[in-house]
Amino acid sequence: MPPKRQIRVGNQWMYARDARRALEEAIRVSESEAKAHEHHVPFIRKYVFSTDHKWIGIQYAITALTFLLLGFSLMLLMRWQLAFPGKPFPALIAKFLGSSNAPGGVMLPEFYNQLGAMHGTIMVFLAIVPLAVGAFGNYVVPLQIGAPDMAFPKLNMMSYWLYLPGGLLMMSGFFIPGGAANSGWTSYPPLSIIATNGQTIWILGMVLLITSSLLGSINFIVTIFQLRAKGLTFMRLPFFVWAQLITSFLLLLAFPPLEAAAILQLMDRVAGTSFFLPSGLVISGTPLHNAGGGNPLLWQHLFWFLAHPEVYVLILPGMGIISEVIANNTRKPLWGYKSLVGAGVFLGFMSFVVWAHHMFLTGMGTAISAFFQTTTMIISIPSVIILTALIISLWGASIRFTVPMLFALAFLPMFGIGGLTGLPLGLAASDIHLHDTYYVIGHFHYVVAPGTIFAMFAGIYYWFPKATGRQMNEFWGKVHFWLSLVCINCIFMPMFYQGLAGVSRRLYDGGAQYMHAKPVIHTNVFISSAAWLLLVAQFPFIINFFYSIFKGRRVEANHWHATTLEWSAASAPPLAHGNFAVLPVVYRGPYEYSVPDHEGDDYLPQNVPEDQPGAPVPAGGGALHGTAVAQKES
Amino acid sequence: MTTTTLTHPVPVDDGHGHGGGHHEIEIPYTLHPRPDTGMYNGKLGIWLFLASEVMLFGALFSTLILLRTSAPSWPHGWQELNIPLATLNTFILIGSSVTVVLAWANLRLGDLRKGKIFLSITLLCGLGFMVIKSIEYATKFRHHHFPSTNNFFATYFVMTGLHGLHVLGGMIVFGYLIGPGAKLWETNRDQYTNRVEVTGLYWHFVDLVWIFLFPILYLL
Amino acid sequence: MRDFVGDFLREAMPPDYSLHGPELDRLSIYVHWLMLILFVGWGILFVYMLVRFRASKHPKAVYHGTKSHISKYAEIGVFVIECLLLFGISIPAWSRWTTRPDNDKNALEIRVVGEQFAWNIHYPGADHIFGKTNVKYVTSNNPLGLDPTDPNAKDDIATINQLHLELNRAVLIRLTSKDVIHDFFLPYMRVKQDAIPGMEIPVHFTPTHTSGTETWDIACAQLCGLGHFRMRGQYHVETKQEFDKWMATQTPAVASISE
Ligand code: HEA
Ligand code: HEA
Ligand code: CUA
Ligand SMILES: [Cu+2]
Repeated sequence: MPPKRQIRVGNQWMYARDARRALEEAIRVSESEAKAHEHHVPFIRKYVFSTDHKWIGIQYAITALTFLLLGFSLMLLMRWQLAFPGKPFPALIAKFLGSSNAPGGVMLPEFYNQLGAMHGTIMVFLAIVPLAVGAFGNYVVPLQIGAPDMAFPKLNMMSYWLYLPGGLLMMSGFFIPGGAANSGWTSYPPLSIIATNGQTIWILGMVLLITSSLLGSINFIVTIFQLRAKGLTFMRLPFFVWAQLITSFLLLLAFPPLEAAAILQLMDRVAGTSFFLPSGLVISGTPLHNAGGGNPLLWQHLFWFLAHPEVYVLILPGMGIISEVIANNTRKPLWGYKSLVGAGVFLGFMSFVVWAHHMFLTGMGTAISAFFQTTTMIISIPSVIILTALIISLWGASIRFTVPMLFALAFLPMFGIGGLTGLPLGLAASDIHLHDTYYVIGHFHYVVAPGTIFAMFAGIYYWFPKATGRQMNEFWGKVHFWLSLVCINCIFMPMFYQGLAGVSRRLYDGGAQYMHAKPVIHTNVFISSAAWLLLVAQFPFIINFFYSIFKGRRVEANHWHATTLEWSAASAPPLAHGNFAVLPVVYRGPYEYSVPDHEGDDYLPQNVPEDQPGAPVPAGGGALHGTAVAQKES
Repeated sequence: MTTTTLTHPVPVDDGHGHGGGHHEIEIPYTLHPRPDTGMYNGKLGIWLFLASEVMLFGALFSTLILLRTSAPSWPHGWQELNIPLATLNTFILIGSSVTVVLAWANLRLGDLRKGKIFLSITLLCGLGFMVIKSIEYATKFRHHHFPSTNNFFATYFVMTGLHGLHVLGGMIVFGYLIGPGAKLWETNRDQYTNRVEVTGLYWHFVDLVWIFLFPILYLL
Repeated sequence: MRDFVGDFLREAMPPDYSLHGPELDRLSIYVHWLMLILFVGWGILFVYMLVRFRASKHPKAVYHGTKSHISKYAEIGVFVIECLLLFGISIPAWSRWTTRPDNDKNALEIRVVGEQFAWNIHYPGADHIFGKTNVKYVTSNNPLGLDPTDPNAKDDIATINQLHLELNRAVLIRLTSKDVIHDFFLPYMRVKQDAIPGMEIPVHFTPTHTSGTETWDIACAQLCGLGHFRMRGQYHVETKQEFDKWMATQTPAVASISE
């Protein structure tokens, strides 16, 4: 029997008042220690070569957002050429591009191909993955599992310091003769092997990025397995942590084959080997003198063995973020948490056996194609389950339309469109007509742009108060949301229409040459205009973001009245000092909102000891409620 | 009631040998296994790393199989490569896998001197392997056999080259553990021993890769 | 119900003038129906919930949410329909697409060889046997690398970017590439196939409409370098008479090699 009017703290019972005092004392001590400690950390160790997961997360976030903007800008240039083939750029842009890329202001086809390859590469490897995993994963996961930091802080720092040079190296391609890589983000040989030196740079950059991801994924898995707080069993993990865990396994196991492939391609380019080069090639009229005997499809298999799991790397952390935001803003538990986890794990497994659905038209026989079509249909089911669970979570909710919630809600139908249009691509017979058309472009942009990018926005608005102690402006957030939603649909919806008409992707003139493209070609002007408007729609966000860091409204530590552990730490937890004055203890699942028979607040944080009707639960603002005990180590 | 008299509900690190205070962030389970996973962080980390390495070499082995099965003709390893030298190398590596275990076992018993001796033998084995490998490479080059010659040599050089890099990496770590890294022994024996154990696991893997490479490249 | 998904797709897709095409289109239409129903179904529920459960109208959330199993049946339903489409249409259609039909004894056999940035078309000529080719013979006059010493090559006909086909006669294209990967795409025929160097991939189809005065394009659907966007050929589907007439005007390829 619990003693009357006492709450349990760790393994003892005490009066809430005493617990509160102890807690305050603990916080005071730890904060003053943090202050005292901060002086000892030199600037360079604190802000440049930091080993603190929170700061590394912020480094990742800023770098990845910058790359996101860069990748977007490259696309905006391409969209000019697609809307107005052969028309010179406005003078200022033409001057910026220079005469080697755009003589007379008109973009060269070579340059278009560079932009396309780099847009894809930047978006996938330098923007979304680092943002979803490097930034959100780093910042949130240790906090959500109640860990003082990542398991290997120095390794974490190295991950970032491989990622940044890898990214910069890749960008340097634009400044060498021949320009950046121009064989698509897929880099299919033999084209990529006879391509200009930018391709070598691309490979070297990839090797750095792969290494960075490998270190990162090991770190995440070990952290999640080893550093979970006491009481935080696997089935009590927030879904976001599950998503990151599965993602890390995908990165861990899928990237090495690409690394192998990159090494082989590098050998083909610099050492004259023929891994991917068959015998008897004739390049622009002259026979290629190589040993031959290689196989171009070998690259495709190795590439897609990575790149299909990679697309789930792009979406899973997003789904994780969406789950957190939805649970919080519906004020009720997620519906079907177990099926979410099960579907996520199953998705992870299956993603390794569907890769060749990108290669149906490489001369595939019936048996192999039947296999990959079947696995592709199977893998669509866990996505359906996840989405269904998230939608049904709204039933009986009390929906708060906050800015993060708006983005999270929009994610559902947008991902729905993207996912559903994967089905005709996954059936080989209907893929014959749609393969490599704008239909594919539409399909995957719906999942990554209004899908993943919206999830990233949701995450930024949601965890901003955690990282800065301030909230981003709601009004401008809503402006940002509505403009982005409209523009992004205007960009990608017409692409299905173009794709059905048979317009191929990666065309410098958007298909203007082809008869069958004539009926739909005019939509390019509309698409491009929407893309430029989408840029304008980001200004409220960018300004809001930087303004709010310094001037945003100050909010309490648990601003959203959330239940997961990160909200029990202080706002903007001090750097270089762990996260919690005392490691928290977890008593329940992650989303105990609106618990029946629970008086008072409509949420029960994971670390509040016992549901004691009437017992004062330390409200937000004070960090670390529940584990109101600190040990002052002698 | 003051905070100092309360017992800690969650020990920051069950196994940390020393207090440490708040000067460094203490990461739990750096030294001793977490009960439910049965591993300390470094060990789980190295197993994961090795899993990724399996995928890396797995991809290369698949490449070899695919190229070989689809080639109209493919030289036999024993016609082109030096089997005695490679056999010697196989024994050297297997031996070094034993000595690295002995090093760890001695460290567990608290004998740094013996531990270092066995580590040095391991390092020397690695060196011996690399010397023999470079002799092999040199003869190939003298006979004008380069990676570009044909796909047999391309796969041979890439796979053994990558494996060689792994050996080299292991040697660097052993060098560090024998030299400057050994200072850790004075302050934290357990951690030093763990480092040797983890490096040893890696070294076994490098050995294992060679045990696959040797028959596939040389004997088939 | 009216098949408005079908109407929309038939409108949006290029006309379909081949024997195997309608089957592929039918699959597309069925899948899009499935997609639409799912999307609209969930969409209605979604919007309904947004309205009904907004905080201002529904201030206290219900902990347990719904206990209904409709979603489970919906998921099973999706999977069953996917299986039907997969095993009922897609896999059989694919197997017909990749295996040579029995009725094409009389098939028109053509080699198509992609190169940066053109389609080389190679007809075997009257003897129905392709002459040997080899890279060592490749010149600007002989892009295919036809072996002039091979008797079978004597009557071979080669064109660049001009493919002539016969109405209602099965076509067997042997597709390959000289340099990088291209993709041979005939939108009106629902034909698309990668052309991969070092491989020869058979493509079969039967045109069911003449092109008349229209221009029908061969597109390249795989990025193949800076000229990818202009790697455009034409194909003409003609009646037997027209086709034979055209054939008669062609001079054998070897004749122009020596020039
Ligand atoms: C995040 C990224 C992502 C995701 C999640 C997916 C998901 C899927 N993808 Fe996609 N795909 C890509 C990224 C992604 N893809 C990329 C980048 C490419 C092109 C690469 C290149 O060539 O450059 C590609 C290409 C691609 C191809 C090759 C096409 C071609 O080149 O011809 C195929 C073929 O099978 C395919 C299939 C699928 C399938 C079946 C899914 C399934 O997993 C989808 C399952 C989801 C659902 C079925 C949705 C469920 C919906 C509901 C339940 C309704 C909800 C409705 C409301 C809320 C209103 N994709
Ligand atoms: C994750 C992947 C990803 C993402 C997010 C995007 C986003 C976008 N893509 Fe991308 N795209 C690819 C991956 C991606 N793309 C790939 C892989 C290809 C194939 C490449 C190839 O052929 O090889 C491709 C190809 C591709 C094409 C086809 C080109 C061709 O075939 O010739 C087009 C055409 O319009 C296009 C357009 C766009 C647009 C308009 C967006 C927009 O949605 C972009 C929206 C971006 C934003 C809204 C950015 C917001 C940024 C900020 C707000 C920054 C804030 C900064 C701070 C606060 C510091 N893309
Ligand atoms: Cu040929 Cu694209
Ligand atoms: Cu895929």
